Amino acid sequence: MTDPDEPLVSVRDLKKHYPIKEGILSRQVGAAKAVDGVSFDIYPGETLGLVGESGCGKSTAGSSIIRLEDATGGEVLFNGGGRAGRTRNDDGTHPNDVTRFDERELKAFRRDAQMIFQDPSSSFDPRMTVGNSVAELLQVHGMTDRDRRRRIVQNLLERVGLSADDYDRYPHEFSGGQKQRIALARALVLNPDFIVADEPVSALDVSIKAEILSLINDLQEEFGLSLLFISHDMSVIREVCDRVAVMYLGEIVEIGKTEQIFSDPAHPYTEALLSAIPNPDPRSTHEGIELKGTVPSPSDPPSGCRFHTRCHRVIQSEEFDLDQSAWRSVLNLRDRAIAREIDVESVREFVAAETDTDPESVPPDAVKAEIRAEFDLPEQLSDPEAERVLSDALDRMVDDDVEAATETLMEVFTTPCEETKPELLDHGDGHQSSCLRNEPDVGAEAVATASDD
Amino acid sequence: MNDTPLLSVDSLTTTFETDGGTLTAVDGIDFDVREGETLCIVGESGSGKTVATESVTRLVKSPPGQVEGTVRFRGRDITEMSESELREIRGNNIAHIFQNPQDALNHCYTIGWQIAEAIQIHEPDVSDEAARDRAVDLLDRVGIANATARFDDYPHEFSGGQRQRVMIAMALATNPDLLIADEPTTALDVTVQAQILRLLDELQDEYGMSILFVTHDLGVVANVADRIVVMYAGKVMERGGVYDLFERPAHPYTQALMECLPGKGQGDGGIPGSLPDPLNPPDGCRFAPRCDHAVDACRTGDQPEEIEIGDGHRVSCVYYQSGYDESTVADESLGTGTSTATGGVGDD
Repeated sequence: MTDPDEPLVSVRDLKKHYPIKEGILSRQVGAAKAVDGVSFDIYPGETLGLVGESGCGKSTAGSSIIRLEDATGGEVLFNGGGRAGRTRNDDGTHPNDVTRFDERELKAFRRDAQMIFQDPSSSFDPRMTVGNSVAELLQVHGMTDRDRRRRIVQNLLERVGLSADDYDRYPHEFSGGQKQRIALARALVLNPDFIVADEPVSALDVSIKAEILSLINDLQEEFGLSLLFISHDMSVIREVCDRVAVMYLGEIVEIGKTEQIFSDPAHPYTEALLSAIPNPDPRSTHEGIELKGTVPSPSDPPSGCRFHTRCHRVIQSEEFDLDQSAWRSVLNLRDRAIAREIDVESVREFVAAETDTDPESVPPDAVKAEIRAEFDLPEQLSDPEAERVLSDALDRMVDDDVEAATETLMEVFTTPCEETKPELLDHGDGHQSSCLRNEPDVGAEAVATASDD
Repeated sequence: MNDTPLLSVDSLTTTFETDGGTLTAVDGIDFDVREGETLCIVGESGSGKTVATESVTRLVKSPPGQVEGTVRFRGRDITEMSESELREIRGNNIAHIFQNPQDALNHCYTIGWQIAEAIQIHEPDVSDEAARDRAVDLLDRVGIANATARFDDYPHEFSGGQRQRVMIAMALATNPDLLIADEPTTALDVTVQAQILRLLDELQDEYGMSILFVTHDLGVVANVADRIVVMYAGKVMERGGVYDLFERPAHPYTQALMECLPGKGQGDGGIPGSLPDPLNPPDGCRFAPRCDHAVDACRTGDQPEEIEIGDGHRVSCVYYQSGYDESTVADESLGTGTSTATGGVGDD
């Protein structure tokens, strides 16, 4: 049996980059870094949740770990299925590294690790009885006795809450929740140590969702499984996971015990995700943190902390002491100016249409006011120096000198978050997060600005 | 508040002819949507909530579909209208947004063109120039950054959340009185869902429209609803104000739904069993086969009459009829009928 202190799965610096090719020669011009250096451990009998918005790379991480896709870098050590206790080779590689398994080892690995997908309807062959779909795995892995296969599968169907007679029925005869039960039976039939469940309940109704989650919990205990549970739904994660890893743009920004993550999130992104869960209490007036926009492109991730472009707690540069939301707005204005996405002409037309005047005769002040309104900027920033720079930049913008305006903004409004990449910091008891605000040298000052919001 | 509801649906029944017989998706339901309010229809998949809203604007294809009953919009019966009258109502007064914005947008045209078209179809006098200006204005209203430039982009150049914003812009093009939103956020990330819900709320304040919101997510319901109709297998189980439903759910089905919420209720989670066969629904209460409290009376006759147990709070369950003890179905684990029972309701 495996040592409970030794992780069953150890992921180290896992990377999966998809090349972006262009032209007739298909030259690689860049890479979409879907997973970019992810590390975590999963212990025997544990459920680790992997959570994040669409496009954060959580599914790619799951399929790279189970080797449905080949990783670009890093290693995935799998110590289940009698592989425990092996040590590194002389050349530094590890015999349990899934990313280096040859055909034979991979086939054995396929027995010990399984995957469950989001859509149970598309993961079964409509022309095959569900019993045969499940029993096929036994056959592939060398069980030749047909009756024995049938007995095993029928027993398993009963354990996932269906009946033995369902063996001879076809997928279309089952509801979505029942199909997900069959998918569970199929994942369990080879008695694996490890299952990757990719959004297993996202396609299901609330009532069925709760049922399947409790079944997963029961089966995990019964079979002593380790699970990597991938979901975008924090409330589901809370139900089933022992520990949670929060992913943003290919990186883990926070990891820790489920209670810690929910009660005391250390990363602003985790905080925002938690606050986005709709609260089933009609009397709650909690407004929550609104994350603007969507996840940036993984082919050109933001510098420093990748979350700084959306972060509501983004650190201010030392000179300023602005209201935090005003600071966020200033940076939004700056970022959009850099991206050349501020079209003064259209703002002018918009104001003209609103006030029923000619675009030519719209006063510059009205245009500036409209830009401020669009970015939720106050009429005047509390810091006189910041206000001077901002209104100067807006003047230039309205004078159609966007270039100069952008330069001014870039020079003055900077944040440490875009310059320094935060390290994963330990908060004790396995709780880690990567946010500059938590780093000792920046920390004191950042906490001071954060506490007054 | 105006006494005549904006939309009044009476004994709406929608059936489909199938190879296996007649399938009754919606079975004689009624509901009203008042001016300026948000009514949520809640239910699991297969409960008939989507068919019910599509029947309102006669989007149900016929045949195989067959819609009976009356749907009055500001007193005019939609079911009696000619196709051209209906077209006018559909665009000018009632607009629909759906779960999957990518299916509802045309890939071959720019989104600006599609919004401008929607404006011009309903107001043929509007010039191209003016339609364009209005489309840009709408895109700006729904929070599409840099609307003038994005006007000429195609749907695939937008993310899922942005496409839903575009759909909302298109729905608002003719300044409708009623917006029917069918699971508008189900396909989106939680963070984007929060953005869209906030947007709908702001737009409702700004335009004063009513919203008929269809969803299975009780968390979303708690955020947006003024009143709620709970549907199960084509029938209404319970209805009432949002506080009544969440704090004093009366029907065992509503209670079971509430207990499915993470962190509420205890037990195994989920509601054992599945929806009844719509081709052959059970006698009596549709929920009886899955109900812990079901007695013989629940399994005979029709769905029980709705009984008023509070102001506008009505429930279709035999336990609330005379001769039964309604405390049998009271659910203590949900903290029903306690300190929150007084005040607040209806005075906002």
